[in-house]
Amino acid sequence: MFELHRRRLLALTAGLATATFGFAAVPEASAAEKTLTAVMSGNLKALDPSISTAQITRTHGFMVYDTLLGMDAQYRPQPQMADVTVSDDRLTYHFKLRDGLKWHDGTPVGAEDCIASLKRWSRYDAAASRLFEQVASLEATSPTSFDIKLSAPFGQILALLAKPSPIPPFMMPKRLAETPKGQQLPEQIGSGPFKFVAAEFRPGDKVVYVRNTDYVPRKEPASWTAGGKVVNVDKVVWQSMPDMQTTMNALQNGDVDFVEQVPLDLLPVIEAMPDVAVGKVRPLGMQVVARMNHTLPPFDNLDVRRAAMLVLDQEELMQAAIGDPKYYHLCTSIYGCTVPLASDAGKDWLFGAGRKEKARALLKASGYDGTPVVILQQTELDAFKPQPLLAAQRMREIGFNVEVQSMDWQTHLQRQYSRAPVAEGGWNMIFSAWGITGIWDPLASTVIDASASNQAWSGWPKDPELEKLRKAFSVETDPATQKTIAEKVQARVLEQVNYVPLGEYDILAAWNKRVANLPEGPLTLFWGATKKD
Amino acid sequence: MMLRFFVWRLASAVPVVAIIAVIAFGLLHLTPGDPARIVLGENATAENLAAVRTAMGLDLPLPVQFGHWLWGILHGDLGVSMISRAPVSRLIGQRIGPTVALALCAMTVTIAVALPLGVLAAWKRGALVDRAVLALSVLGFSVPVFVLGYVLIGTFAVDLRWFAAQGYRSPADGLVPFLRHMTLPAITLASTYVALIARMTRASMVEVLDEDYIRTARAKGLAEPRVLFRHALRNAAVPIITVVGSGFAMMVSGVVITESVFNIPGIGRLVVDSVLSRDYALIQALILLTGVLYVVINLLIDLAYALTDPRIRYQ
Repeated sequence: MFELHRRRLLALTAGLATATFGFAAVPEASAAEKTLTAVMSGNLKALDPSISTAQITRTHGFMVYDTLLGMDAQYRPQPQMADVTVSDDRLTYHFKLRDGLKWHDGTPVGAEDCIASLKRWSRYDAAASRLFEQVASLEATSPTSFDIKLSAPFGQILALLAKPSPIPPFMMPKRLAETPKGQQLPEQIGSGPFKFVAAEFRPGDKVVYVRNTDYVPRKEPASWTAGGKVVNVDKVVWQSMPDMQTTMNALQNGDVDFVEQVPLDLLPVIEAMPDVAVGKVRPLGMQVVARMNHTLPPFDNLDVRRAAMLVLDQEELMQAAIGDPKYYHLCTSIYGCTVPLASDAGKDWLFGAGRKEKARALLKASGYDGTPVVILQQTELDAFKPQPLLAAQRMREIGFNVEVQSMDWQTHLQRQYSRAPVAEGGWNMIFSAWGITGIWDPLASTVIDASASNQAWSGWPKDPELEKLRKAFSVETDPATQKTIAEKVQARVLEQVNYVPLGEYDILAAWNKRVANLPEGPLTLFWGATKKD
Repeated sequence: MMLRFFVWRLASAVPVVAIIAVIAFGLLHLTPGDPARIVLGENATAENLAAVRTAMGLDLPLPVQFGHWLWGILHGDLGVSMISRAPVSRLIGQRIGPTVALALCAMTVTIAVALPLGVLAAWKRGALVDRAVLALSVLGFSVPVFVLGYVLIGTFAVDLRWFAAQGYRSPADGLVPFLRHMTLPAITLASTYVALIARMTRASMVEVLDEDYIRTARAKGLAEPRVLFRHALRNAAVPIITVVGSGFAMMVSGVVITESVFNIPGIGRLVVDSVLSRDYALIQALILLTGVLYVVINLLIDLAYALTDPRIRYQ
């Protein structure tokens, strides 16, 4: 038998409270420290940018890691960690690392580190693996220089080494680059302008970066991921906020400095905030795409795919998803509406009068037997949520038998990678969105990969002719010929209905006006940004 | 004796927690979704997905995966997050403080408001004040937490700027910053529980106030507050303690909306994030934690009965 005394209970309670609050303590920031607080469009959970295609992980990558070459605003590869010289026969690329480069653990950056990093990159990035099919050797010529020797010219090599998406070739120490395939990097040690603070990382809450005081920026002005990455703040904090209204309140109150992506329906509210500016720091938006499953009936039939494509109306679909025409763009280009390779090749498949009648005739001629078409609709992301419903309606109007299945995004992703028949969890048509940085040329774009292999995106089109054209683009060294080949690729993609581009929408950011000089880039970048006290 | 009672109660909860863990593990793995895809991004290739799934052990048979997890638990190892690779114990440790602080503050508000209101309503049964308390209870039950949260933020944080609109500050940062960030969420979270406990207190008190010993106390000439709070409330306390205790457990395990509206990095948001990421190791640990929390709270409730009613003893 026992009696519980009040004093004991109070002591127990006090002890519990101390324990509770004790480990929740957060170190105070120094008064002089300049911190830029940003709310990103996603939560950083997985940290390895050398294997992930997630945009937030890539943005994290550009904070912590550097690349041998950078991409400037004119889409030209430029020296970043290394200067490069090319042999006359275009078979040998000599890289010389800049002086004074250091990893965040204080050790010097060496050629062997970069070689190991490139090898890791080739195991995860589809375009890099194509490049490495033609790499004859990759050898250090000194502690700070190395050669890539090719068995045949590969025109896109420098563009690939400078590409910002989907998996850029980030450099890291050899001991990390040799992490076995499938495993994530155990540490975040790069040589980039910011250091990742592991002790303050709280997944789903906040990510903290501090200025890398050892970083020596290049002398050239910054331009996208190229040039001098000059950091003007001591610390950048990515603060997660699960609720957009809370984010807007925090922006208005000055609790946060920058919001990477604001929902378009809240724009009137944000634009009315006197201390807040709205604009595009990522000039390249997102392309909405429709993909048919080429491996299952009825879309294993080209005429049926063409009939479905002809009834999809970009204007109608973008109007339904985005609303205000100020924030979306219609175009034929499979590479994005404003990039150098943009063209109108194959325009008639997407625009023009009489397409519905043509679609009806094609469907009739195809011998379509009424096989149900299952369209997957994800219900979480507004930018491509309404399209399946509208598409289904237009397809029914010309004789398709359509069923729309709605689901959350994770279930959608699970389903879209299934190659099973529809009755066993497969699908016939999906809608998604791709960042223009990931599709801006025929080699970088995984969407159009027509190898039907495990490196291709869902839908698995098989088109040897298209793959031949992509290969020709990869190895071509003359820019004018590259452009011609890219046009042929686009024409082929539309003619074979590899996929259907459905227009592009903008990504708008908002920031407190005490923040200035936010750089434009293919993704959100924080070097160059300044903040007034 | 006390130790034996504690150990017996805790041991009797082990099968319950184990059953919860098995069911949760099974259901999670039947739900669509893939942690490998969260790591690799939505445009990952099938080849890379297969490699990461192998490295995570996701291609092992389910019983083997469960066995590995159980073996770790038995050795005091909750494992590492499949997504961030951070130790699960550290992730939970980072988040438990804000949630417990919020629940304690909300419960303080609840008790400070609900008990006097309940006693007052019972004392003035049928009068205007009784009806007002009942109406307030209905309002507390009816207004969704997120609506009240936004109204409070709009008025007291954005317009008047008395309190912070979002975020969390530990008491270690100072009492003023802590209260500036905690007051509005605590009031928001407390709103439902104030309604519940005020009604429970009223009902319990109404019953006790009709007892003979209350009449006797009044006949002896005791002041009314002493009759109400010393004699009546103490005898009406057992059901109230039960509701307060289980209310606290519900607050800790179900604060996700309040945490989201006020951007408090607590356990509720961690649960949602881990479920959306299909972070099996983390979800399993959180389910275990919740099970243990309910067991401990029930134990504390039992112990608290002894404080209010000297007739109750545990053997």
